Amino acid sequence: MFDHASTAVEAALGTGAVYADARYLEARSEAIGVFNGSVQQLDRTESAGVGVRALVGSSWGFFGTHDLSSDGLRSAGRRAVEIARASAAVPGDPFELADIAVTEAEYETPHEESLFDVPLSEKVDLLVAVTSVMQEVDEISLANASIGGWDTHKWFVSSQGHRIHQHLVETGAGFSATAVGEDETQVRSYPQSFGQYETGGFEVVRRWDFLANAPRIADEAAALLSAPQCPEGEMTLILEASQLALQIHESVGHAIELDRILGWEAAFAGTSHLELPRLGEHRYGSDLMNITADATLHGALGTFGFDDEGTPAQRVPIVDQGTWVGVLSGRDSAAVAGLSPGGMVRADGYARLPMVRMTNVGLLPGDSSLEEMVAETKRGVFMSTNRSWSIDDRRLNFQFGCEVGREIKNGVLGQMVKNPTYTGITPQFWGQLDMLAGQTEWVHWGTPNCGKGQPMQVAHTGHSASPGRFAEVRVGVTG
Amino acid sequence: MNPASHTAQRLIELVGDRAQAEASVQTGRIELTRFANSFIHQNVGEDYVKVRLRVASEGRVAAVTGNHASEVALAQLVDDALTVAATQPVDPDWPGVAPSKDLSATDFSDPSTVSATPGQRAEVVSDFVGAGGDYLAAGYCDTDWLDDGFANSAGHRAASRGSRATIDGIHRTGESAGMGHQTSAALADLNGAAIGSLAADRARRGLGAFDLKPGGYEVVLGPEAVATTAFFLGFYGLNGKAHQEGQSFAELGATQFDDQITLTDDPQGEGALATGFDVEGTQKVHRNLINGGVTKMLVHDRRSAAKAGEKSTGHGWANSASFGPVATHLVVAPGSDSVDDLIAAVDRGVYVASFNYCRILDPKTQVVTGLTRNGTFMIENGEITGAVTNLRFTQSFLKAWESGNVLGVADDLRYADCEFGAGFVRAPSMHLASWNFTGGAGG
Repeated sequence: MFDHASTAVEAALGTGAVYADARYLEARSEAIGVFNGSVQQLDRTESAGVGVRALVGSSWGFFGTHDLSSDGLRSAGRRAVEIARASAAVPGDPFELADIAVTEAEYETPHEESLFDVPLSEKVDLLVAVTSVMQEVDEISLANASIGGWDTHKWFVSSQGHRIHQHLVETGAGFSATAVGEDETQVRSYPQSFGQYETGGFEVVRRWDFLANAPRIADEAAALLSAPQCPEGEMTLILEASQLALQIHESVGHAIELDRILGWEAAFAGTSHLELPRLGEHRYGSDLMNITADATLHGALGTFGFDDEGTPAQRVPIVDQGTWVGVLSGRDSAAVAGLSPGGMVRADGYARLPMVRMTNVGLLPGDSSLEEMVAETKRGVFMSTNRSWSIDDRRLNFQFGCEVGREIKNGVLGQMVKNPTYTGITPQFWGQLDMLAGQTEWVHWGTPNCGKGQPMQVAHTGHSASPGRFAEVRVGVTG
Repeated sequence: MNPASHTAQRLIELVGDRAQAEASVQTGRIELTRFANSFIHQNVGEDYVKVRLRVASEGRVAAVTGNHASEVALAQLVDDALTVAATQPVDPDWPGVAPSKDLSATDFSDPSTVSATPGQRAEVVSDFVGAGGDYLAAGYCDTDWLDDGFANSAGHRAASRGSRATIDGIHRTGESAGMGHQTSAALADLNGAAIGSLAADRARRGLGAFDLKPGGYEVVLGPEAVATTAFFLGFYGLNGKAHQEGQSFAELGATQFDDQITLTDDPQGEGALATGFDVEGTQKVHRNLINGGVTKMLVHDRRSAAKAGEKSTGHGWANSASFGPVATHLVVAPGSDSVDDLIAAVDRGVYVASFNYCRILDPKTQVVTGLTRNGTFMIENGEITGAVTNLRFTQSFLKAWESGNVLGVADDLRYADCEFGAGFVRAPSMHLASWNFTGGAGG
């Protein structure tokens, strides 16, 4: 299988590339969606193809093809060089790729039970049962449940001698109940919005015990219709762990992408409020804030053996006791910035260009607990499960909406409140982190839908988090 | 017959009489030249093929997708689809495949886009970059063309070819940025220098921006900002499935908007990036979604149409069973005023070129939060007097277009980037009485 990639690489070198690499992918996916007891989506996808990247001078070209004939592969390599030559018409500064070790290796995601080996009937029965349980609650008009996963083989070859085969296995599932009122809809999801995805097989789905949680989720969605609005004002905010995971994703994960910091994403995804000269001294948050980008975590969605440039997966410190110390990088961006490549370059399928993507950007656990945080809060709101997310192009000003809130008064968790939102400015907000739950409440949350790049690419990233408390946050923003 | 049609037909032949079946195939070329810091840093191309087969065996439905069109690959796809479907419960809402209808093959593409080279895209980029002088330019120029082929077991066949070319980018000064955008079926139409000049002018005028106190302000929204508004109303509200589920704001026949608001979905009208039919093979038809402020129609795929007792309007897509049918050729009807006329009518307000990172808080009330980006200016006494730093808003898009809040619609209709991609919405500038800014983005 390396031959497909090698053929494309050799063609690129033969037509003038100073460096070339290629990935041959065989990928399959499955998505099952059940709506109110009926299967409305059952999609299986299989694809195979080669993506070849060529460097001519300091200009890149990339071409993806599904034509796996020798002629097709050689044509793809030549086409990548032709595109790279066109790039040189509007050239940048010269650079050389940062060095990495040349590797011949194999990697496979640890997993017990492939999603594709589990009978379809078993998967469908589970989803039908979950939605049926939720529909027993009168106010629930829409009960959705889904299971999905990806099984990907990658063969990577570079002109420097890399030959790496990886077999990556990712699986997840989730469900939601929607209560439709006269002038509003209210939704509750489990385990989090978009479901919970991890590296691993169907054992991931079994672990989350859907059926036991379905009645509670449906009851909560129904109760939200008659719940009071989230209070407005500045007060203590406690975030449930999956919401804190998305907070990390948006206000830390994207901000530390080196391509954004260098301006390479300025027109679309945006830039970053971080400035490279301040690496090592910029205060990102309170002393409780310790962030790592760790592509080696067992079971987390952003875990792999090697990135799509052949750089080994690694654990990189990003924020150390509140100080910004690291970035997400690849071989070209690291070279331009004078840093070591972090192994964070990945592509969405064979036909997309590898680019800087998050791995598992997570917040290390603290020494408190959710129970203790609530007990020590005089006035605040506890918010759970993301419903909306928005952040500006420098990753500074954010506003999140959650599915459900609970008021906290004098150390006691009180009534449910609906439409909870909060807003803030990234460094101030993280500076207000004053309590953080510990290891026993720490979960590797997965984000299966991280969009970036043009053409758009969707990445699967991980964000470990436990519940956290933030002082004096503006909550209850309304339109 | 294009290769996509041939592949679709072959799939149906391979299924034979074992099931109802529909095959949708796309082949073509997708290429994109991306630039940042005034140089081309990412430049990509792809020979694209997508083969989708949906089968229904006694009401048991499954869909499979692949990217190979060899006889072996197609036979495997058919076997997979039938095997998977056989294990499924009966889908009580399966609407059946589209009846046979004589749809002549249509070619909506432009030859300059179909034959586009990396060098031609680089020329457009070079013109855009050059128009900004010392400013840092970033953006993309892309060219796509796709052949669509469709066949189903009822004997229905359809084929079309379409194309799109876009130049979209910003110029940055170090403290400000301005955007420009142009989309057409023809690469030859793109004027990188003109779009680059517009972006550079906005960036220049954005220097010296100040923080505006949050609150309700009169606004003039540029086409990109109006396009985003229209896209949200269409995606979440004028969607047959969302309406049936009670998640839509739409009350058919009710006056829900200002009488200056007319919104259509116009898949094949003059100037459209035309598409012939949807993933179910249904011909796309023109829809008067909102007419003079009255919500008139929704869009449907076969599933939502059957529930509504109507015919599909040709708005199905690969995920419409889950998300519902979606309007993808929206047109916000223009007015007769110029953009300068709209600005001249504002005593104190804000001009917004485009929005960024908009997300819906509740689909029924259409409350959306997002930010302004790449061109936010203060308007005083009918003139733009200075730049404003980016602002966050939390605003019901339904209320934004309600009666009395729309003070004017301009004549500058064009394809605008709606934040979720180019080529979905044509929109003009619009003058609104109030927009709820809830914070400053700068911190």
